[in-house]
Amino acid sequence: MLNLLWVSLILGGILIAAWNGRISLVTETLFNSASEAVYVCFDLIGLMALWLGILEVAREAGLVRFLAKLMRPLARLLFPEVPPEHPALGAIIMNLSANVLGLGNAATPFGLKAMEELQKLNPRPDTASDAMCTFLTANTSCVTLIPATIIGVRVAAGSRNPVEIVGATIFATGTAMVLALTADYFWRTFFRSRFWGRK
Amino acid sequence: MLEYLLAQISKWAIPALFFFFLLTGMLRRVPVYEAFVRGAAEGFQTAVKIIPYMIAMFVAIKVFRVSGGMDLVSGFLAPLLNFFGIPAEVLPLAMMRPLSGSSALGIATELIKTYGPDSFIGRLASVMQGSTDTTFFIITIYFGSVGIRHYRHALALGLFADLVSFMSSVYICHRLFG
Repeated sequence: MLNLLWVSLILGGILIAAWNGRISLVTETLFNSASEAVYVCFDLIGLMALWLGILEVAREAGLVRFLAKLMRPLARLLFPEVPPEHPALGAIIMNLSANVLGLGNAATPFGLKAMEELQKLNPRPDTASDAMCTFLTANTSCVTLIPATIIGVRVAAGSRNPVEIVGATIFATGTAMVLALTADYFWRTFFRSRFWGRK
Repeated sequence: MLEYLLAQISKWAIPALFFFFLLTGMLRRVPVYEAFVRGAAEGFQTAVKIIPYMIAMFVAIKVFRVSGGMDLVSGFLAPLLNFFGIPAEVLPLAMMRPLSGSSALGIATELIKTYGPDSFIGRLASVMQGSTDTTFFIITIYFGSVGIRHYRHALALGLFADLVSFMSSVYICHRLFG
């Protein structure tokens, strides 16, 4: 899919350029765009380093743990079949908290741990359980507080107000998370009742 | 009201978080300076790691645009896109976003550079890039790690979330910046 998309942009581009008589532009663009991409990354280095530096301070100060405490009631609501003291719930909460803070690298180990624990509760080991589906829905649609990388790109591109998109991002991730979790809730109630009905 | 609230959040978020994080770090007796430097080194590596993805996407998108391919697509889809207020330029970004985070970042960066960070397309690309996750990647890694082969509705819901966040980005950008 990824390969297909990338290749069709370039192959399609070359064919269309040949048709439109713009083939010399293609060569020029190929060379210029490659170096332009590198320049952008150089501008990004400082901002990425700054943000990950400050997040490391937050992580060591235990902010993920703090946020996890706040999110506990929500997690109980979303994962009714996971016992409240089960380690799965803790790992899920830590993963989502790290996600909210934009700590992608810190989130993954918690996420894999959560899957491992959920698998222990799963009656059919080759098929995703309800809790797993809910967890992945929450994870992939998770609210982001600060989209730091894209703010860095905006600074590098000389934006007059690079952070003006923060509010909009919270709004967009918020609606996505609420709607996706609602859909998950209806999905599982619908399928459970049908499943039981057949039995 | 919504506009005002979101603008205030945008304005205060970064300084407030810096203040809050550093203060908590101090109170919890974290060696803040050392922690910062360690994190910054990791940030440096991340920025270098994304360079190949950036090049791949810059080249592909720019070739497609300069050839006139993008005009062709937007002309073809114009009635549908205009109805929802979606600029055709962001379509490759919407398609790439669930597949690869770094590649999507490449596309978003290219759009921001070409149209300007404060243009409508630049702002929309920023919000889109900031608001969804790489669904396919996460689902494959997470399920793969415990050997699950039947994903049930997880993939559908993840993609649904991506679609919602895309439409919601378009809506809020029109409302705030349109």
